[in-house]
Amino acid sequence: MKQYLKNTWDGIWTVLIGMKITFKHLFTPAVTIQYPDVKVPLPERVRNRLYVNIDDCIGCDQCSRACPVSCIEIETTKAIPGEDLGTTSNGKKKALWVTKFNIDIAKCCYCQLCVFPCPTECIYMTDVYEFAEYERENLVYKFSALTETEAVEKKANFEKFQAEKEAQKAAAAAKPKEEQKPVN
Amino acid sequence: MYQYFYELLGSEILATLITAAVPLVNVLLAALIGVYLERKVSAHMQDRLGPMRTGWHGIFQTVADFIKMLQKEDAVSTEVDKKLYNLAPVLVFTGSFAAYAVIPFSSKVIGTEAEVGIFYLLAISSLVVAGILMAGWSSNNKYSLLGAMRSASQIISYEIPTAIVVLSMVMYTGTLSLDKMSQMQTAYFWNWNILGGAEFGFAKFLLIPFMIVGFIIIYISTLAEVNRTPFDIPEAESELVAGYFTEYCGMKWAMFMLSEYGNMFAVSGLVTILFFGGYQSPLGYFGDAIGVHWMIPFEQVFWFIAKGWFFVFVQMWLRWTLPRLRVDQLMSLCWKYLIPYAFVNLIIIGIITLL
Amino acid sequence: MALKTETMVLNMGPQHPSTHGVLRLELELEGELIKKVIPHIGYLHRCFEKHAEAMQYNQVIPYTDRMDYLASMYNNFGYVIAVEKLMGIEVPERVQYIRLIMGELQRIASHLVALGTYGLDIGAFTPFLYLFRDREKILSLFEMTCGARLLYNYMWVGGLSHDIHPDFQRLTKEFINYFKPTIVELDSLLSYNKIFIERTANIGILPVDTAINYGVTGPMLRGSGIKFDLRRNDPYSIYNRFDFDIPVGKGLVGTVGDCWDRYYVRVREMEESLKILEQAIDNIPEGDVQSAIPKRIKPPKGTVYSRVETPRGELGYFIISDGSTNPFRVKVRAPSFVNLEVLGELCKGHLVADVIAILGSVDIVLGEVDR
Repeated sequence: MKQYLKNTWDGIWTVLIGMKITFKHLFTPAVTIQYPDVKVPLPERVRNRLYVNIDDCIGCDQCSRACPVSCIEIETTKAIPGEDLGTTSNGKKKALWVTKFNIDIAKCCYCQLCVFPCPTECIYMTDVYEFAEYERENLVYKFSALTETEAVEKKANFEKFQAEKEAQKAAAAAKPKEEQKPVN
Repeated sequence: MYQYFYELLGSEILATLITAAVPLVNVLLAALIGVYLERKVSAHMQDRLGPMRTGWHGIFQTVADFIKMLQKEDAVSTEVDKKLYNLAPVLVFTGSFAAYAVIPFSSKVIGTEAEVGIFYLLAISSLVVAGILMAGWSSNNKYSLLGAMRSASQIISYEIPTAIVVLSMVMYTGTLSLDKMSQMQTAYFWNWNILGGAEFGFAKFLLIPFMIVGFIIIYISTLAEVNRTPFDIPEAESELVAGYFTEYCGMKWAMFMLSEYGNMFAVSGLVTILFFGGYQSPLGYFGDAIGVHWMIPFEQVFWFIAKGWFFVFVQMWLRWTLPRLRVDQLMSLCWKYLIPYAFVNLIIIGIITLL
Repeated sequence: MALKTETMVLNMGPQHPSTHGVLRLELELEGELIKKVIPHIGYLHRCFEKHAEAMQYNQVIPYTDRMDYLASMYNNFGYVIAVEKLMGIEVPERVQYIRLIMGELQRIASHLVALGTYGLDIGAFTPFLYLFRDREKILSLFEMTCGARLLYNYMWVGGLSHDIHPDFQRLTKEFINYFKPTIVELDSLLSYNKIFIERTANIGILPVDTAINYGVTGPMLRGSGIKFDLRRNDPYSIYNRFDFDIPVGKGLVGTVGDCWDRYYVRVREMEESLKILEQAIDNIPEGDVQSAIPKRIKPPKGTVYSRVETPRGELGYFIISDGSTNPFRVKVRAPSFVNLEVLGELCKGHLVADVIAILGSVDIVLGEVDR
């Protein structure tokens, strides 16, 4: 009987305590904000969308190799002598045409592993986090400064140069042979 | 009210329609405001903002929701028992709508001045059980079935403590008419039943503690009857997904919601009438003071709605504070705690009334 | 003539509000009584262990984040400790301190989710949001430090990805002071609420021998009254320098080892974590957090097993190295996975509503169960 009355009392009393707490909270200001109108300021280290400053990129492929989910795709073509690609902002000489620098941001896991190995600090994470798209293809970001035709041209240039070099080499290799022939 | 409109318009049909429309508007408004209030109360209790975009502080949110509900496709699963499935929401809604017929909003605004109003109210609220069972069974879903079974046993069990407390109040006031009950607790709050009723004397002070006990019991049991937390096990979302209306969508689902919020106000109204003076003002009538007697019914409507919404607010307050009971604990609370207390209370109030 | 009755099979999950993710439970019911519970897992299987074989050692770390996504820091912690043990790296003091602070903050954050969702399972919505509000504060501290709120990739083999923010110590101290009253509020709003006690006390009692036989660890084991915590019993990092208690279930409102005890052990653990934080936060030594990071992570041939006490129990990493830059095998002993096994034992003879209460008190994270 004592237990019975105690249960009743406990039930009512703890309910009242709970009600007191929630009533107090009825008048505390809300902690939520109205998101698209009001935004939380982001800290400076925030990790969101990747960005590549392609002017500084030397095409070393280190970010692509660091990526655990292989979302960075880089293709490069060697510059032929005489082409000046300029230097990066920290004074490194560029030697490769970056014909393709695609980041599939849909695959990205925002781990920031690609950012640290970059020798020119040209790939980094920005504070942009609103980049939803209706088409999945739009999430593949193409950073290469070259247009497709330019890329093909550079590739062709290099191949031509390579072929010429090969031809020269072959010619150089062939010449002695030809000269030797008459001797025999 | 019927009589009044009949005399005014001279047409039975029109008078009937208008008399029927008043509770309908009431129940719709109750649901509309109730849903909005629930959202806001819960939001602010949880340090949130709640709806903020549709109108000032999201005041039109429920309207927007309602329009959305209307637009929704009425998806009916192929395996349901179509007849019962379609009938169930209507039946549930009818039950809560019909309850409004006897609730006196003021001495003038009352659907029907039935002499057995409270009896009718208790009877009609059981109609909901049939609707819920139908919904649960016809949905052909195990969760729905479990929810419906729980709901039926819960509502039927909790009718008992409600009925016992109502019985003690009927015994005390000597009438079954809700209107008369309200009239007996004349203006000024010290005449309310919770404070011992209008008759002044030794018995009045003796009654107060037992009236409070009676009030707590009926408040808890009506809370259970309308399936609100901590007694919302029929629709316990963490266990049964949504209970008996898991398979419903669109307007049919909205009808369950409407009836839930309609019921909330109805039972709050019942508690108000039984213990808190019904439509009587706590501080006397302004109309009386300045001699404008036609104002009194309007004041009474205001007081009734204010008191009703206060108890709805407390229901919400409880909902957002408490966890939910388990089904067997719900039963033991009813049978082992509420009913014995209610019986003891009934006997004591009876003895005091006799004295 | 006996009445013919049938049991009903109720399929709970993977789409269900309170299976904490994508767990599917097959319940065999007699009315509402549970006859049998069969958990079906694997809906969130992402081949972590196989993936790890194709990754370099440091590339595995973002994957460990995604196992127990409510305690990512601690998954990082366990993994880097294992690799460091394999390579024999001595980590600077500053790194040790920061790791420990992050780990304990993560423990609080993880318990906040566990307790909040547990309240939600029982039907109390409000404590859930109060606790999430506080968890956001911890996540903001993490975001300030490493830029991510949930999947940190913060601890690296031999060091950390970033040094702490200059404001970090001040804000953490502010958080500690802010958070203490919240625990008191939680106690009076939920822990000692009569309805909550009714729902959780004497439900899902886990006896000590069953717990040990199933290999249950973490707050579940401690809820059964065994004082076993790897931070004390097999100290890693610098936990042996700090003074803290190990709360155990005492059966305050019911039997030792019931759901309420498991719940309450978590509440008390948050207090102990605060105690550790208070001792550590002012004593972070100066130093460089990246000085010990090896240029190339190429551990010698060999195997290592290392275990840490995550908020959910013993998280063990077993790594086989073949001397290359990729691990040959990474085996994870996930605490949630082991703890989940005992569910069938706990649920027997209870009601459907109790399954939710018991499952919530086990506190599984499906990311870790399925890996």
